[in-house]
Amino acid sequence: MYYDKLIFEISTEGRKGYTLPTPEIKRYDLPETLLRDDCPGLPEVSELDVVRHYTNVSFKNFGIEKGFYPLGSCTMKYNPKINQDMSNLPGFTSIHPYQPIETMQGLLHVYYETQRMLSEISGLDTFTLNSYAGAHGELVGLMIMKAYHESRGDFKRKKVIVPDSAHGTNPASATVAGLESVEVKSNKDGTVNVNDLKAVLDDEVAGIMLTNPNTAGIFEKDILTIAKLVHDAGGLLYYDGANLNPLLGIARPGDMGFDIMHINLHKTFSTPHGGGGPGSGPVGVNKKLVKFLPKPVIEKHEEGYTIDYDGDALTIGQISHFYGNAGVYLKAYTYLLTIGKENLPNVARYSTLNANYIKESLKDVYHLPIEGVCKHEFVFDGLKDKSTGVKTLDIAKRLLDFDMHPPTVYFPLTFKEAIMIEPPENESKQTIDRFIDVMRSIAKEAIENPEKVKGAPYNTVVKRLDEALAARNPIVKYKDLLEQ
Amino acid sequence: MHKYLPHTHEDIKAMLEKIGVNDIDALFAEIPKALLNKDIDIPSSMSELEIFDHMNHLASSNKPLIPFIGAGAYDHYTPSIIRHLIERQEFLTAYTPYQPEISQGTLQYIFEFQSMITQLTGMDVSNASMYDGATATAEAMFMACAQRRKDKILVSQTVNPNIVEVIKTYARYKGIEVVMVAEKEGITDLESVRLTLDSETAGLIVQTPNFYGNIENYSEFKATLDEHKALFIINQDPSTLGHLKTPRAWGADIAVGDCQTLGVPLSFGGPYIGYMATTTKYMRKMPGRICGVTKDTDGKRAFVLTLQAREQHIRREKANSNICSNQSLLALFVTIYMALLGKKGVYEVQQRSIDNAHYLEEALLKLPSFEKVYPQPFFKEFTLRTHLDIDTMLKKLEEKGYLGPLPLRRYANDKTDLVTFAVTEKRSKKQIDEFVSILGGLS
Repeated sequence: MYYDKLIFEISTEGRKGYTLPTPEIKRYDLPETLLRDDCPGLPEVSELDVVRHYTNVSFKNFGIEKGFYPLGSCTMKYNPKINQDMSNLPGFTSIHPYQPIETMQGLLHVYYETQRMLSEISGLDTFTLNSYAGAHGELVGLMIMKAYHESRGDFKRKKVIVPDSAHGTNPASATVAGLESVEVKSNKDGTVNVNDLKAVLDDEVAGIMLTNPNTAGIFEKDILTIAKLVHDAGGLLYYDGANLNPLLGIARPGDMGFDIMHINLHKTFSTPHGGGGPGSGPVGVNKKLVKFLPKPVIEKHEEGYTIDYDGDALTIGQISHFYGNAGVYLKAYTYLLTIGKENLPNVARYSTLNANYIKESLKDVYHLPIEGVCKHEFVFDGLKDKSTGVKTLDIAKRLLDFDMHPPTVYFPLTFKEAIMIEPPENESKQTIDRFIDVMRSIAKEAIENPEKVKGAPYNTVVKRLDEALAARNPIVKYKDLLEQ
Repeated sequence: MHKYLPHTHEDIKAMLEKIGVNDIDALFAEIPKALLNKDIDIPSSMSELEIFDHMNHLASSNKPLIPFIGAGAYDHYTPSIIRHLIERQEFLTAYTPYQPEISQGTLQYIFEFQSMITQLTGMDVSNASMYDGATATAEAMFMACAQRRKDKILVSQTVNPNIVEVIKTYARYKGIEVVMVAEKEGITDLESVRLTLDSETAGLIVQTPNFYGNIENYSEFKATLDEHKALFIINQDPSTLGHLKTPRAWGADIAVGDCQTLGVPLSFGGPYIGYMATTTKYMRKMPGRICGVTKDTDGKRAFVLTLQAREQHIRREKANSNICSNQSLLALFVTIYMALLGKKGVYEVQQRSIDNAHYLEEALLKLPSFEKVYPQPFFKEFTLRTHLDIDTMLKKLEEKGYLGPLPLRRYANDKTDLVTFAVTEKRSKKQIDEFVSILGGLS
């Protein structure tokens, strides 16, 4: 039975879902002139109404605990329950951010130790956990890049080199940080073309933004050369941590020559994506850039942890109201302790093993544009047999009928029919074999009955949607629906 | 083996065979040798039992205090059912709703969230949330500057200084000039707005109730701003909107704020959730995700992310904001909170905060050590002058388990003896009386 009610549509006048203690204090009335003259039109529902409504709404979502979620560049790994329990401890959730530091030593320890462990794993000197998300981290990292050049009196460095295979956030972040992105064409395998890079390196370059492995899952084997070229030209290297998973405990961005990076705790360190946040995007820098980190700064001293609200004179400033998403980095901290030093490289190894296994098992029916070993993810460019007319979108929608989340599609933009597959390390051979079987059966169906694939999905609560209609005639709140 | 890693020797062997290599290390052969095998100093794997002990030890080395402070983080009550519902795996573990056919749950609650925010603020359209109230305000500045194609923004002196700091950071790198507007008797001075406004100004940012807790009156602001075609940006605590005039009623073009006040736990400052709402006129300039209604191929009502031509993944370097995801799960949190409270509840619950705050103010003013500073009406937060030594006062309160008011000396040289209290519906009369008697004992 499809539940299609909005909370407003089950509202009944007079119902409510809360209780208050008996009043002990006399009422105080605010001046009439400052008051609104109507009631906000919120629904009127009982507690059970609310519980049942959102439980039914939840059934319309697909989560990691239901099935395989091989979304490329998103690292949809299992979100452990113990992380949730630990971050919910009242000793963490009930702490006001302005409590005296001696009453928050436990939280400050978690902040400091998480940033320290991230520094160890990435080979950079210090991290801030103040940034709220990956995109936020990018913005902060680019502000640091700009502040560094300006602190040296070098105001002409405005260009940020971004490969054409990069996520759209990279150039957008550069613009928001007051820099200009310069796109360079990639090699066929998405790696940086060193000659093209040389051609754009000049004294106006602030730095380069790279993911490594890149969005096609290919490790930049020339990274040491690239780093030297960029550094020799006076630029800095920024590492977009979207693809850090296959390097955990194997190789470190700091050792490759990266100066600044962000990490997505909601990808690599198992914190839940929450349907689009809250995430956490810690930013790490090498030694010469530490003084540019945003304030406040959490510091460790012999007598305990302190908060420096002013930061260094060179700090880029404040980028969050308080100290970032504590509830999220508590989960990442718990995960790091659970995985531990000895298992960390296996996260990288098994995610890479899974990806290569799927690639080799499907490349006879899906077009593999980049041969050879990949890291944790790889890209197919649609079906091998192009005569069927079945597109990547159709394959993605058909997968929905088999209780699997589709891979990332139509990204990177460098492949027209991109299908980007990332099977995290938690996924067993059995799960992956089933995915392979389903992908093969869809490829077969595309030849035998292409219309069937093009009409998918069939088993979902709604069928394909008219996205153009939504944009043409925006209905963006309940009141708009009533006025239709 | 590890509980999160299911690969057996047989699995690995079979998979390597299919790939055609002898060992997993062969899959990493292209990485330069010089980069491999660095020693990493992190602890060894801990069992669940050890983690429980360790985390409980850390949690208990924090000491929860009963807050009589706000300053951007308020101790409101969280109804029990919210945590249970938002931790359903369908909501918690899902990615951003890029595949709408299997994300109708997320999309629907975003639509409900947008509907509720527009009801509270009176605005036409809300986005799906922002990181926090401070970054939402900074993004509103970007939006105003992009809309007006101008690079100057006015910010009232009465806006929370941490929000101002974030605005200034964002502005500095984008090349936007921030000009502070003076306060008068604890609220934004309209005369100062008039004197500072010019044809280069993209907009004005104000906050109500403001940093001192005072409720601002924007009666003549809109007309003044209109003379220079400057946008009006109001940052307002959404929990005050059961009572107070809406941003829309004051003529706001953009409304922003932090929804932490809708029951979100203090949690050391995050995760919280910013909101942003605007008028239909500026809808297509708004950053962030927006959910809209459409139909599926059977004609069934469905929800989808819409107006995506505004966003970074389409516009790339031409985007006005780089925001991708936001605080979606917190949007669900406050949506459930607002549903439980309903039409009358936001008013009824916050009336308790108002009653409590005024009861405390009255009691403190009876003490010789406190005096009134501002003649303005306030909501749940208020500022007084104290003759007490502030450090001694805070220490004494802490010993008794209370978190005292915010000293303003950090933020302004002329406010060294001012402190700002906040009281929510969670404080009982007994707590407030004890709090006052501790302060009375110091006088």
